[in-house]
Amino acid sequence: MNCSRRDFIKNTFKTTLASALPLSAFKMLSPAEVKAYTGDSSIRWVFLVDTQKCVGCGLCVKACKHENEIPYAPPITRTWVERYVLMKNGQAHIESPYGGRDGYTDTKIRENEIPPEQIAKGFFVPKLCNQCKKPACVQVCPVGATYQTLDGVVLVDRKWCIGCGYCIMACPYGMRFFHPIHRVAEKCTFCYHRIKQGMKTACVQNCPFGARRIGNLKDPNDPVTKVIMTERVSVLKDEYGTKPQVYYIGLDTNVR
Amino acid sequence: MKNHVLRPLWVVLAGIALLLIVRHFIVPRDFGVEEGGNFTYNYHRLSSKDDWKNFKVKYRGREYCQECHEENAASILDSPHEIIECENCHGPAVDHPDNPETLAIDTSRAQCLRCHAYLPYPTSQRSELPGINPHDHNPGENCVDCHNPHNPDLETM
Repeated sequence: MNCSRRDFIKNTFKTTLASALPLSAFKMLSPAEVKAYTGDSSIRWVFLVDTQKCVGCGLCVKACKHENEIPYAPPITRTWVERYVLMKNGQAHIESPYGGRDGYTDTKIRENEIPPEQIAKGFFVPKLCNQCKKPACVQVCPVGATYQTLDGVVLVDRKWCIGCGYCIMACPYGMRFFHPIHRVAEKCTFCYHRIKQGMKTACVQNCPFGARRIGNLKDPNDPVTKVIMTERVSVLKDEYGTKPQVYYIGLDTNVR
Repeated sequence: MKNHVLRPLWVVLAGIALLLIVRHFIVPRDFGVEEGGNFTYNYHRLSSKDDWKNFKVKYRGREYCQECHEENAASILDSPHEIIECENCHGPAVDHPDNPETLAIDTSRAQCLRCHAYLPYPTSQRSELPGINPHDHNPGENCVDCHNPHNPDLETM
């Protein structure tokens, strides 16, 4: 067999190059396959809260507790409304008794008289699970009882949760709590049973003022997506890097 | 190998084998990652998602109420209270009229005060709502004795 030095080097180079290319490089994937591969579904549930519109009636908290069978009397809730009263002297009164379940009907805060003429700002901030893109609560679960669905909602498997409470400690938003009846970790599900049927969440449906809205971030025509993409919105505790997906209009620096 | 080394080794191996056998029976068959999901956040018992999907809906919405109570629904839709869902006062319908057969209506003063107790908050929509001071305005009385919640217009009182 005749093989010149030049041919030998040429062939070696060709073979190395050819073997370095995996077969999959020649495979054509359909867009749907690529989507499935990268974990991309056509829905990403997000929430939009307009704090300017909230009046602190607490009907969302009441509806959530009834809808999701959260014991009504104890101070546990999947969503809550906080009252912020910031005084002209810089003092801040912040409270959320029973999560604002019964609404805010008194100008007194923790038995303190608040002189109206000294109020600089007063407003309400509804809070709920941020359904983070990178949920800290899911990462810490030692048994795989909590997980993120492909449409972006973090759920708890009540049959598999051992109630260790790691997730309750891990959530930067203090969102999770212990369910006294099921004896497992409990959290807002964005009313998964409702949104999957095309309904709005209980809190969204029962808010008379449109302060709460839910939408699909992957649908560019969704009114909520349009607001998030074109208006000035912010999220809570961005610095934790959990990529929260509840967007707020009109947040104040005193809101944490 | 010496016996005193080998014996504990067997014990350890038996322990591992036992663990694997027990694990095989305890871990549900459908534990895993959904197609397209990632292992970090999506590893779970797959049928758990169905448990949540099958949760009972309690708040049925105005459209459901309207199917039978058309007149009552129409009356509130003509008033400023049209933004309030029926079930906020009438309670969640669940499977009404089968279960529960009747709903308990919340006609309490506290229910009205949720919005209509005046709070002097300049940056909230609350201060723009028609509001009263609950300590001065007929304390102890039920609002619905004078005001009609389906037509709260003060002119027609």
